[in-house]
Amino acid sequence: MIASKNFLCKRLHVLILSLVVSFGVHGGCARGTGQRGVVVAGSTSMQPFADHWAEVYMKEHPGRVINVQGGGSSAGIQAAREGAADIGMSSRELKPEEKDLLEVMVAWDGLAVIVHPSNPVEELSVEHVQEIFVGTITHWATVGGFNRPITVVTREEGSGTRGAFQEMVMKTSRISRRAIVQDSNGTVREIVAHDPESIGYISLGLVDSRVKAVRIDGVDPSFENIERKKYRLIRPFLFLTNGRPSGAALEFINFVLSRPTQEMIRHDGLIPVFKE
Amino acid sequence: MKGRARMTRLERNERLIRLALLLIAFSAVSILLVITVFIFGEGTPIMFRHGLTKFLFNGDWYPLDKSYGLLPMIIGSLVVTGGALVIGVPFGLACAIALTEFSSKRLRHVLKPVIELLAGIPSVVYGFMGVVILVPFIRDHLGGPGLSVLAASIILGIMILPTIISISIDSLEAVPQSYREGSIALGATRWQTTRMVMLPAAKSGIIASIILGMGRAVGETMAVIMIAGNAASIPRSPLDPVRTLTSNIALEMGYAAGEHREALFATGVILFVIIMVLNTIANLTSRRRTR
Amino acid sequence: MRRRIDPRAEQNFFRGLLWLFTGVTVLILFFIIFYILKNGLPVVSVEFLTKNPQEMGKAGGIFPTIVGTVALTLLAVLIASPLGIGSAIYLTEYTRENWVTRVIRFGSECLAGIPSIIFGLFGFILFVTKLGLGWSLLSGGLTLGFMVLPTIIRTSEEAIRSVPYSYREVSLSLGGTKWQTVTRVVLPSALPGIATGIVLSVGRSIGETAAVIFTAGSSLHIPTSLFSSSRTMSVHFYILAREGISMSNAYGTAAVLVIAILVINIVAYGLMQRFMRKYC
Repeated sequence: MIASKNFLCKRLHVLILSLVVSFGVHGGCARGTGQRGVVVAGSTSMQPFADHWAEVYMKEHPGRVINVQGGGSSAGIQAAREGAADIGMSSRELKPEEKDLLEVMVAWDGLAVIVHPSNPVEELSVEHVQEIFVGTITHWATVGGFNRPITVVTREEGSGTRGAFQEMVMKTSRISRRAIVQDSNGTVREIVAHDPESIGYISLGLVDSRVKAVRIDGVDPSFENIERKKYRLIRPFLFLTNGRPSGAALEFINFVLSRPTQEMIRHDGLIPVFKE
Repeated sequence: MKGRARMTRLERNERLIRLALLLIAFSAVSILLVITVFIFGEGTPIMFRHGLTKFLFNGDWYPLDKSYGLLPMIIGSLVVTGGALVIGVPFGLACAIALTEFSSKRLRHVLKPVIELLAGIPSVVYGFMGVVILVPFIRDHLGGPGLSVLAASIILGIMILPTIISISIDSLEAVPQSYREGSIALGATRWQTTRMVMLPAAKSGIIASIILGMGRAVGETMAVIMIAGNAASIPRSPLDPVRTLTSNIALEMGYAAGEHREALFATGVILFVIIMVLNTIANLTSRRRTR
Repeated sequence: MRRRIDPRAEQNFFRGLLWLFTGVTVLILFFIIFYILKNGLPVVSVEFLTKNPQEMGKAGGIFPTIVGTVALTLLAVLIASPLGIGSAIYLTEYTRENWVTRVIRFGSECLAGIPSIIFGLFGFILFVTKLGLGWSLLSGGLTLGFMVLPTIIRTSEEAIRSVPYSYREVSLSLGGTKWQTVTRVVLPSALPGIATGIVLSVGRSIGETAAVIFTAGSSLHIPTSLFSSSRTMSVHFYILAREGISMSNAYGTAAVLVIAILVINIVAYGLMQRFMRKYC
């Protein structure tokens, strides 16, 4: 009895192992265009949008697989270069040393500086924002708000959003090391939405009723103002490839650049690359 | 002649099986070896290149500007772990003592597994509870952003409770009943017995439990990222945000390249060393107990 | 003359203090589970468990994450079990206590203490990047497998050791070889104990987030092969909760997680009891 149970156990183990191996081999052979699909990784700002585009793409082209990951813009750049991703996503301009990758701009995104809805401050100058994030301005009263200290919230160093913010607002100054750091726009929004003393920056497309986007230098952060080039805090959403894209990756990029998708992009809260 | 050959084949099979099993057994060690070699291999060059003291005692972590000072994170890990012990040890020990010395076996046999069960709750759930309940409380009633040393210490303290309680209960239960009986026979109260006989006897096991709890607190990542604020500066008060060594790795790992990546591995090396030291101490103290 | 505190009063005071602390401890631990279940159970339904998420998790269910969790855990256990049980068999049956066994055991204990983020770092650099496996079930499974290996070694060793020597004696005296004895007598008897270790590993894998998010990725699609990326329930919960995508779905995911872990731990405990009753 013990012998037959053991025999059965062995058989079962072999069965499971063979299943796993065949699963793996099947998966291994079908890499790239099949099961693994096109891996699109990088900017957490772009991730929800890329996920939406992937969803629509896969619905229109059944059998195709688009795999969207996060990690941050710098991670996406790394992944594209090292081959972990077929398409890297970056929400900031490439640095000179990163220009070995091919870039395709798929959308524009505004950068919004957000505060808690109960914060009386409605607008800030770029200089003020810079000084707040450097840490020289520490009280809301200094910029016309209530008498409470400012809690600064920023993205992590590898974030494209932070990179864009650094370039456009901070210029050469460093963001205070005492700032709270979070690794996605959604989390920054969550914190600002709950802390009346906080200030942060997120993708404009992510702003909702839980936070308030302040006017920068008197300009309202709206899509019209961005299209009219009045609101200046904008950054590109880039698709990056190591060399010329081909096959399934190229098809997906073309899909995102196509008219219907660009219409959808405007609907999603971004600024399309191609005007009407 | 034929009989002798068959016996040798059987022996050979047995020897092959033994060899195969030995190789398998070394798999655990070799995996550890691979991980250690890997992490040290990637992490130590940068420490020597920049100088170990500068690495450990520099207060500026701006990796994109090539400044790799780990001091704020080292202090962050120390402070948060210390805080976790301040909360975890008194409550955990009290619980262990109450359940072994002052309650029935039945109660203990019900509560101990329940408490151990709670050790299985994922750390992200603990972190979430911290974000939803503790952080707003600290922010509204004590000041600061709420994401703080205090929040991290409390949540980590709660997380290591099951470890401390479970192992301390085991240690106390392992003390021979004769110790207890002898002390009572001499006229001591149960509390006096606990304080003067049982606790000293179970000391090494209890210390081992605290050290293991410390190890768990030092190694915790997800919960800390959610509630500590992750500011790369030395905290000046319990209400200040703080970043630990583990959070540092997790926040920047995805995109770190070149020297920055080496710096993260170096962080890993330091963590590794701290935890190995803690584990070895825990093993040594608990082994002394069984002698 | 030094004033002496009445020992009985002292005991009452400390007893009260101890029970207070104990009460607070137990209360906090129970509160966490209660809170999650209270907010999460209303969200959990058959639909929630079987539908795909929509809008990055704001609506819909969590089915792909359940598949991902099961697949990843299964893989980790399949990798760790042969290695772990084999190691345990060697340590108990095939050698005496010597420096070799001490090294092996020390290695296993150290592996057990390594924080999950370091496993994540290791797995990300080695499996995802250097070996080119990408964010996949395979990368995640290997990493998780290595993480739970010490648990399986430890519990299997204890289980095998607990099998009475007389069992082995009988088998050997009947002419069985060592290997036959191990596989047909010792292992089946030690099975509940070994199973406990495996079940505990499953429990740990389900709750693991740091190592998984960097190796298996966070794709919301149902994984179709070993090289697919997949999101586990823990990772999904983490993302939903932090980004405020949907608090109710976050609670729901957490509730499913907590219940799964509770059930697994109760099963493990039951197995362990059955095993101990057999041999103690």
